[in-house]
Amino acid sequence: MHKKTIAELDRGLRQGDYSSVELTQHYLERIERHNPRLNAYITIDADRTLAAAERADSLRRLGQAGPLTGIPIAHKDIFCTKGLKTSCGSRMLDAFIAPYNATVVERLDAAGVVMLGKTNMDEFAMGSSNETSWYGPVRNPWDETRVPGGSSGGSAAAVAARLCAAATGTDTGGSIRQPAALCGLTGLKPTYGRVSRWGMIAFASSLDQAGPMTHTAEDAALLLQAMAGFDPKDSTSAQEPVPDYLTGIGQDLKGLRIGLPQEYFGAGLDAGVAASIEAALAEYRRLGAEFRDISLPNSPLSVPTYYVVAPAECSSNLARFDGVRYGHRCHEPRDLTDLYTRSRAEGFGAEVKRRIMIGTYVLSAGYYDAYYLKAQKLRHLISDDFRRAFAEVDLILGPTSPTTAFPLGAKADDPVAMYLNDIYTIATNLAGLPGLSLPAAPAAGLPVGLQLIGDYFQEARLLNVAHKLQEATDWHLASPPHFD
Amino acid sequence: MSLTRTDVDKIAFLARIQLSDAENDRYVHDLNGILALAEQMNAVDTADISPMAHPLHMTQRLRPDQVTEPDQRELFQGIAPAVEAGLYLVPKVIE
Repeated sequence: MHKKTIAELDRGLRQGDYSSVELTQHYLERIERHNPRLNAYITIDADRTLAAAERADSLRRLGQAGPLTGIPIAHKDIFCTKGLKTSCGSRMLDAFIAPYNATVVERLDAAGVVMLGKTNMDEFAMGSSNETSWYGPVRNPWDETRVPGGSSGGSAAAVAARLCAAATGTDTGGSIRQPAALCGLTGLKPTYGRVSRWGMIAFASSLDQAGPMTHTAEDAALLLQAMAGFDPKDSTSAQEPVPDYLTGIGQDLKGLRIGLPQEYFGAGLDAGVAASIEAALAEYRRLGAEFRDISLPNSPLSVPTYYVVAPAECSSNLARFDGVRYGHRCHEPRDLTDLYTRSRAEGFGAEVKRRIMIGTYVLSAGYYDAYYLKAQKLRHLISDDFRRAFAEVDLILGPTSPTTAFPLGAKADDPVAMYLNDIYTIATNLAGLPGLSLPAAPAAGLPVGLQLIGDYFQEARLLNVAHKLQEATDWHLASPPHFD
Repeated sequence: MSLTRTDVDKIAFLARIQLSDAENDRYVHDLNGILALAEQMNAVDTADISPMAHPLHMTQRLRPDQVTEPDQRELFQGIAPAVEAGLYLVPKVIE
């Protein structure tokens, strides 16, 4: 059962081949068997999960089942889940029981999904390797000595090892796409504002966006359909209508104009990754797509720009963790300052502290113009590069990550080396555009991610272009050998 | 310009994070590395460029000034480290 896609599982449920309770039991057994090695889940609540599966089965008996009813998925532990621990990968929230559900959780609950548990992640979504989690690193199911990517590393490992049918993730600088690439999945970061941020613990509010992590583009379309849409509770939620993402997924690619940014194919790109991307390009050529060389001249500046903008927003967002209303509080504080400074020193890990301090500095008097304002101006230039490109092409294609999964510990002590890992993903967040990573041919036995970037609200096109490649190739069907 | 130990102490206090001496040493090194990365931004002249705060250049939506949320004080205070009589407790501020 666990080898099936959501679309296939739905067929099985409809035909009565198995119930949602049976399917859920099967995944819970797999989690029990494999999770201790991978550390992909932080929280499992089998009773709650099985109760949801029973509800899904009774909805089906009443003839009220939709395409996601009874499908077991996992949520990244950044989404608030009412009555269930929501840690955000941090000691700060180790004892935090969310008093309400995130909109993403509410919407997927309403569609009838069964939540298997909450997945591990880099602390407060700050990281590209899942090594900054208070709960320890996640291991990549393809090679357990390597990282799964981050920050949605637990979600990626859980889907890849088939410890859930699909999972939610969030992406502030690549945190859906890069782990999807490193674990061989389809991961979609929608346009900024497409999916509600309400109840999703904030990291950098002008960049954060939630999306699905799945085995196929078709599954991503099914999940996005349930997740997307206007939410009055999110002040930056987009009021654009939500199209039907499955209609048109099989549309012909003849005449599709794909732009290849020269900056995404230069020095720093691993030769094995480059060869896999070339093989995908050849497939698209056979499918009738046309290629144009384009330039995104300011994209090399996206890393420095991002590492000013994101920490600035994070320092402001994380000011709420003060040891007073919720979260970790130090033992016997001497006075109010001691309460704040010690609770935060104990509650946050090293990477979160680094980013809060960088953010505090770039927003402080005398440095604001040189760093934060400068970064916001560059963000404009980076965004304009895409605007110009989309006047000529329908879609932009490149690698998701410069390398395949790297060994655990390889970059853990060098923040700047870790940040450079995001080189191909963060410009998309700065511009607010949708991006999708899907598996290309593996390189030396490890997954490679192909990235598609679309114009604003063009998620349907990204899913269509990804689906056509998945019809023509079997790269997305590969499974890590030890998790059969 | 690079940050000194005193600068890092000042930033840590502004951020309300207590640092040990060993941590201070580490953050002097790390923060200077990150700021060196940030300084690559100076390669581009942005004198005539306007700053971008929102990816879609949207403005904030307004809503009618009506009460939409019920009182959930007990629920929300149920997860607080220390409360009494509906109030959050902190160490004494005024002697």
